[in-house]
Order: sequence, then structure tokens, then C-alpha cells
Amino acid sequence: MDTALLDIHALRQTFPRADGGELLVLDGIDLQLTRGQIVGLLGRTGSGKSTLLRSIAGLMPPAGGSITYLGQPVVAPAPGIAMVFQSFALFPWLTVLENVQLGLEALGLPEAEIRKRALAGIDLIGLDGYESAYPRELSGGMRQRVGFARALVVHPNILLMDEPFSALDVLTAETLRTDFLELWGDGKLPIKGVVLVTHNIEEAVLMCDRILLFASNPGRIIREIAVELKQPRNRLDPPFRDLVEKIYVAMTSRTPTPPRIGTTTPGPAATSIDTILPRVSANLLSGLLEALAAEPFNGKADLPVLADELHMEGDDLFPVSDALQMMHLVEVEGGDIRLTDVGKQFVEADTDDRKRIFQRQLLSTVPLAAHIRRVLQERSHHGAPKSRFFDELEDHMSTEDAEETLRSVTAWARYAEAFAYDDDTQTFSLENPT
Amino acid sequence: MFTRWDVIALLLILGLLVFFSEASRHLLQPLAELRLKPVSLDPANLPEYAARTTLRMLIAMALSLLFTFTYATLAAKSRRAERLLVPLLDILQSVPILGFISITVVFFMALAPGRVLGAEFAAIFAIFTSQAWNMAFSFYQSLRTVPTELVEASQNFRLSPWMRFWRVDVPFATPQLIWNMMLSMSGSWFFVVASEAISVGNTTITLPGVGSYIALAIEHKDLVAVGYAILTMLIVILIYDQVIFRPLVAWADRFRFEQEPGGIPPQSWVLTVLRRSRLVDRLTAPLASVWRHVLLARWSKRAAPVMREPPKQHGWITFQWAIIVTALAAVALWQVGRFVIEDITPSDIATALLLGLATLTRIVVLIAVASVIWVPIGVWVGTRPHVANIVQPVAQFLAAFPANLLFPIAVSLIVMFKLNPDIWLSPLMILGTQWYILFNVVAGAMAIPAELRSAGANFRVRGWLWWRRIAIPAVLPYYVTGAITASGGSWNASIVAEVASWGNDRLVAQGLGAYIAEQTDAGDFHRIVLGIAVMSLFVVLINRTFWRPLYLYAERKFRLD
Repeated sequence: MDTALLDIHALRQTFPRADGGELLVLDGIDLQLTRGQIVGLLGRTGSGKSTLLRSIAGLMPPAGGSITYLGQPVVAPAPGIAMVFQSFALFPWLTVLENVQLGLEALGLPEAEIRKRALAGIDLIGLDGYESAYPRELSGGMRQRVGFARALVVHPNILLMDEPFSALDVLTAETLRTDFLELWGDGKLPIKGVVLVTHNIEEAVLMCDRILLFASNPGRIIREIAVELKQPRNRLDPPFRDLVEKIYVAMTSRTPTPPRIGTTTPGPAATSIDTILPRVSANLLSGLLEALAAEPFNGKADLPVLADELHMEGDDLFPVSDALQMMHLVEVEGGDIRLTDVGKQFVEADTDDRKRIFQRQLLSTVPLAAHIRRVLQERSHHGAPKSRFFDELEDHMSTEDAEETLRSVTAWARYAEAFAYDDDTQTFSLENPT
Repeated sequence: MFTRWDVIALLLILGLLVFFSEASRHLLQPLAELRLKPVSLDPANLPEYAARTTLRMLIAMALSLLFTFTYATLAAKSRRAERLLVPLLDILQSVPILGFISITVVFFMALAPGRVLGAEFAAIFAIFTSQAWNMAFSFYQSLRTVPTELVEASQNFRLSPWMRFWRVDVPFATPQLIWNMMLSMSGSWFFVVASEAISVGNTTITLPGVGSYIALAIEHKDLVAVGYAILTMLIVILIYDQVIFRPLVAWADRFRFEQEPGGIPPQSWVLTVLRRSRLVDRLTAPLASVWRHVLLARWSKRAAPVMREPPKQHGWITFQWAIIVTALAAVALWQVGRFVIEDITPSDIATALLLGLATLTRIVVLIAVASVIWVPIGVWVGTRPHVANIVQPVAQFLAAFPANLLFPIAVSLIVMFKLNPDIWLSPLMILGTQWYILFNVVAGAMAIPAELRSAGANFRVRGWLWWRRIAIPAVLPYYVTGAITASGGSWNASIVAEVASWGNDRLVAQGLGAYIAEQTDAGDFHRIVLGIAVMSLFVVLINRTFWRPLYLYAERKFRLD
């Protein structure tokens, strides 16, 4: 029973960069999946966990290292590895039955067999009566059930799940999770192992036997946590809460902006011009500071409790706390978040003073903002095209990240009135419209 | 037993069979037959002529689909091919096809010497060239935008390339493709009129059809016959709209990618008949089964390959490819150069360029005038949904209506009032193409979210301010799309519009279109090619330097999402 279904060794993945170089997105990944296990890949957006899942699916041949499935290297989609997609990926022009049959048709099975297995799958997953419906007629939960049925009928050994519940509302997601765990626990699913990608800490603790924590830039596994709680698990159980808390601590105890290769200095000082900035609005930043300053937290909160209170999942909260920590407005340590003195000043100030404080913090702690302002000051007409900074960033990050980073710094600088940006002419300038 | 749906369905199918056999009966007859039984103005012949014309258009449509599925697929699936095929398609779109007819007819006549078939081929080819390009472009663009998750799902379930094409690519592209087929069908009426009565130098070949009927009516100054022809066209357009396109649109609704249920799905009575008839069901069951087997056939064992980004270019192969393309280009250049130099002097080129400027001036003025007229009307109509529902189909019909039918009336008026043809022939160029501006603006105005309009009303934004701040920005991207089509079409139309005749009255305006038309009459191939080349150059230059930047700007700035 202990044979590995899947064995990943020293896997590397890269994306092409605009200047022709390569950007490392996954490095040194080791992972074994044994029979009967659900392994969770947990990490923030951009930590490469989806890339790993796509590599296992054979959608991205490895750039280095190896992926071995039942003794065979995976370089193309392998039979016996099926995937459930975040956005369902149903074909809108095929009915529920036709969608479910698709994978079987590709296997070249006889028609009677295709029909039998598809109907059995539909029955198993609770889609009876919906066979002739088109996906657009179904609710999100029902659509994802079709996604599950479609993956299960090909009788895969490994089921890959890419945030399968994150596009659903809370209640529907919970029902679907429970149904899945029940079928899995009763041994009714024709699968031997599961890899689940998620950014939801509670979901990982609820479903997985092992959780791998990911850090970004480059994506790598920083910690492995075994979950030994018995199924069915209860979210309110103290051991369950403890584990959630422990993962929060693990995910925040690292440097908030992870070091790039070569630089190992820990702490916020590691930010440099080419740090990827999280996409967070200035409103959200001041909103979180205010919530933290108010009752019941009074300046200090437990991250999971704060997340709960604000109805945010970890993935939504982390970028905000990262940005605030970068600007020295809060401190994050051991799963706790605390207002700094500057943070307190900010909350107590009026609008104009807030902007002044924010500008000071932005220019002193975000090197990219300081850099842009310096360039603008040096130029005689106090203007510079966006492309000047964009090209600079692109040497160090992917095009999307460069775009996001520039957008973030622009949004913050606008709030701080540090510099202005005109989208029509695509130029930065020091002048504000008067 | 038979239901009433079965009876209707049976009638439809029989009608189709009769139509095809009737229309194709004469194909293999020798050319002399055409002279024995010349086209006559007797309206009793019109049903037969209409059938033949429609058949030509349908065959051309089938060829266009074949071209679309192969050319666009190759362009979308192979990066190397893409680099050559896409610009090629872009140029082909800009080449004035009307000027080509005389050249291609010689080629096709040589393929089937002495038979009607050769002339038929030439006519069908002319119609094909007016249909294929935008269909191929739309298909190519759809293939490039198949959502990643669907591509990944099809890879994950290991669909073969063949299955992926029919199960994923074609369905995804279908709605857009059908829309373009309708546009193509409308557009090709214009060419039908020009392609059925082909004259090269001294030879004139007249294929029986609506187009040649019209040509004859013009020659005989027979306004009544022109009226009959217009009526026939109207009926034909109505029939194929009801029998072919409505059912297609209603059927293709399932291929819409948006997951949310939209408004009222399109309906078609023909589709309902076909779907409800058990007879049709039984007749098509074997076909459906065959199709299923073809679809499932495993032409190759391997699944569609997964592309790794970036696919590492093998230096050597890229190099070879570059050599081949360069060599082909060099041969083409030499051919064209030799062909042109043989007989063409620099002053010829200067003349063509100057005439091109004259036509350009006309088109710029016409597009401006049409915009001033149709943008306000389009916005007015588009912001009133009940009016729009009536106006839109009318505008689409007017776009399908070959404007050359109205030329006789215009020419007789110009002759009667002794007007200056340089000015008064010009409006004919935009007669058929201005509708694109109208119905794009209507669509744009309809797309303005109700909330934005309410906000405008709430802040009492009215008059010129309303136009400047709300209406014009909102419809600009749509307007530009329409104006691109209209200006492209006008260049093409200039070849028939700058020279117009009504019996013995012949009016000529100074312009590149007239130049090409006159060289065609004279059978001077060198100067036809020169004229076409100069016109293509103008169209491509204007698209690249004016329309495309304007479109990108409008897209970026005024997109409503």
C-alpha cells in the first residue's frame, strides 16, 4: 500500500521573460503522493502551486528535475491523471452528459461502455435528472459537480484539483467539500490519490492528509505539515483551530517580501526596486489599519481572528498585511499583527495628515516609488514615460507582474500625492491637476 | 406516423433537391449554348436566374468555409505559418477584387476550354474572393482566443487533434463565423452583378443569372426590368435568410461562450420544423452516426501536443524557413517587376498615384458626410430599443442590397440635369457601404448600460454636453469598426461607381476606380495590375496609419467594462 503514485524530484519550472531570459517560478520541488492520500498545496497567489499542478497534469513539461507517475516520466498529459478546474472548464455547447462523456470518447471506448460509465458517474455525483441540461442552465455548484463527474468517469489514479471550490459561494462550497469527503471516505471514488491546490487554510486542514506550504519568488516548498485529525473534521475543534493558527504563523513568520535568489537579508529591508508589489488599494490599507485600531482589537490582533472578523480569507488578507508591513505601518509576527507607532499616528490623523504620513512612509520604504519620484525631479519638465520604468522592471519579473507592480505603486502614489500618472499619454509627472 | 412537421420538412427537402438539379443542369454545356439561348429580359426567366445566382453564391460559400477551416487553422496552429499567412490575409482583404475578375476569368476559361464550366468557375471564384477573407479572419481570431481552461481541459482528457478541432475549436468559433458568413453573403451580391457579365477586351461572356439580367436591363434602359430584378433579389434574400441563416443563428446559440443565460434566444421556425419532425430525425440518424464515427476516429494515436512556452526555435529550421520565404518573395518581385516594367513608364505610375489621390479625397469626404448623417441617427435609434428592433433588420437588408442596382437611376438623373460626374457619381461609392456605419453605431448605442444613461439623466446632462461626454465616447469603438468596413468597401465600389452607364450614356469620373475599369475594358493587363497594386497600397497604408491606431485608441479609452 506504500508505493508512490507520483514522485517528483528537484522539479524546476521557468517562464520566458520579455528580454528573452527566463524567470524561475518553481525550484527544487520534491513531492511524493502515496495511495489513499490527499495532499494539499497551500500558498499565496503567485507561489507556483498552480504551475506545479499543471506540471503534474503534463500541461507543462519540466524545465528541470523529474515527475514520475507509476514509473513513467510525465512530459505530456498522461492517462490516469484527471483534473478539476477552478472555473469548471465545461464546454458550453455540450450537455452535461456530453461533457461527462468527452474524456471517455477520447479514450476510444465502445459507445455502450461510454454511456454506461458516464451515467454511473452522473449518478455517483448527484447529477441525476440534469443529463440533458447545458452548463449555462446550471448553478455554480452543479457546474462543478459536472467537472467532478467528468474527471471521475475516466477512472483516474490521481485527481488534480485546482482551487475547485473557490469560485463557489461559502455554503455551496461546504456542501460540495462534505459530499466529496464522504464519497472519498467510503471508498466510492475510483481514484487512488488527490492533489489539491488551495489558498484557503481552513479548507486545506479540513480535507488534506498532508499540507505543503509554498513560498514565492521562486515558488518553493517551505514546510510540510501532516494533518492527523480524524475525518469527519470539525472546524470548531480546538486541535483544528490550533493547526489553523500554526499554519498562519508559518505563513507569516517568513520575510514578508521573500528574498530573491542571492539576497538573504531577512526582514522588510529586503525590499528593492524590483520587489513585486502586492495589488492592494490605498483604501484597503487604511481600512485595515482602522479596523485594527478599533474595538475589539485595539491595535493588536490574531491574524485568523482578524480574517474571520473582516470576512476575508488568508489569501485576501496577506497582501494587505504585507504592504502595511513593508511600509512599517504594522508588524507581523507569530501569526499576530500589531500597529506600529506610525500606524497609530496614521489612524488618528485627519485626511491631509494621513496623506502626509503615507507619502513619507511610501517614499522611505518602497524603493520603486522613491526611484520614480527621483527621476521625475531630475528631469527638467518633471515627466517620464511609463515605458521607462516598465522596461526596467521587466528585466526582473514577468510582464504581468511588472504591470501589476507599476499599477500598485501608481495607486499608492496617487493617494500620497507623491506623483501623478496620465493614462492617455502613459506618462508619470510631478504635476497634479490644479 | 407522419406529423405535420414531417410534411413541412419533406417539402423543404424536396424543394432543395429540385433547386439544386434545376440550377446545375446547364453546367456541362458548351459555351456556344450561351449564345443560342441568350439572357432575356422576360421576367418569367427570373426564378431560374435567381436559382442559378443563388447556387453560385452557395458554392462560393462552401468553398469559403473550406478555405476558412484550412487556411485559418494553419495560421492559428503554426507560428511559422502564422507569420506569413496573417499579413497575407490582411493584404488580400484590401485588394480590390472587382479589378481581378478579368484576369481570373482568362485563367479559369483555360481550365475548362469551351465549356460553360470555365466561366462558372470564374464567376464563383469572384464571389468566393468577396466572401472568404473576413470569414477566415474571424475564424483565426476565434482559434487564438479559445479560453485557456478549455484548452487545458481538452489536453487533460487527451483529445486527439482531430477531436479537439471539432469539439472545441469549431464550436467556439461558430457564432462569430456565422455572423461573418451573413456579412459575406450580403457583400457578395455586389460582386454577383459584376461577375456574371464578364467582358475582357472584345469577348463578353454572359452567364444566366440575376446579375446578367440586371446588366442587360441597364444596357436596354429598361427601368421596369430593373424593378423586377430588385423584387427578385428581395425575395431571394428573404428566403435564404429564413431558410439558412435564421436556423443557423438559432442553432448556434448553444455555442455562445458566456455562461450566464442571456436575453431571449433567437428563434427560427425552420429549425423548429426540422427539430420536431420525426422523419427528419430518422433520415438524419444514419448521417449523425457516421459523423459521430468520423469525429471519434483516431486518425493518430497521440493526443494533441502540448506546446511548451516558448517553443524553442530550432535555429536551422527557422533559417531554412526564412530562406524559402525570401526566395518566394524574390521570385514574386521579379515576376511583378518584369510584368510591369515591360510596358509601364514612370508617368503611368504617377498617373495612377494621382488618380488614387482623387479617389481618396472622394472617400474621405463621403465617409465624413455619412458619419455626420448616420452617427446622430444611429445613436437616436440605438437609445430607443423598440425603434432599434425595427431599424436594425432594415439596415442589414440595405447593406445586402447591391447598390449597383440604383446606379441606373442616378445616372439618368445626372444626365437629365447635366451635373458634373466628378462630384455626383461619388455618392454611388458609399451607397452600399454607409449602412455599416449605421448599424455599428446602433449596436454601440444599444450597448450603453442603462445605468450610465440614467446617471446622465439624473445629472441633467443634455444637449451637446450629452453628445460630447456620453454618446460619442460610448459609440466610438463601434463607429470605427463600421467606418473601417465602409471605407474599405468604398474603394472596391469605386471600380464600378466611377464609371457608370445607362444605355448609351456613359459617365466617367476622374479616379483610380475608373482607371481600373477602363483598363479592364481595354484588356490592358499591365495597367490593370498597376491600378490594383496602387489601390491596395492606398488601402493598406490608410488602414495602418489611420484606422488601426484610431481603433486601438478607442478600444483602450472607451471600452465599457
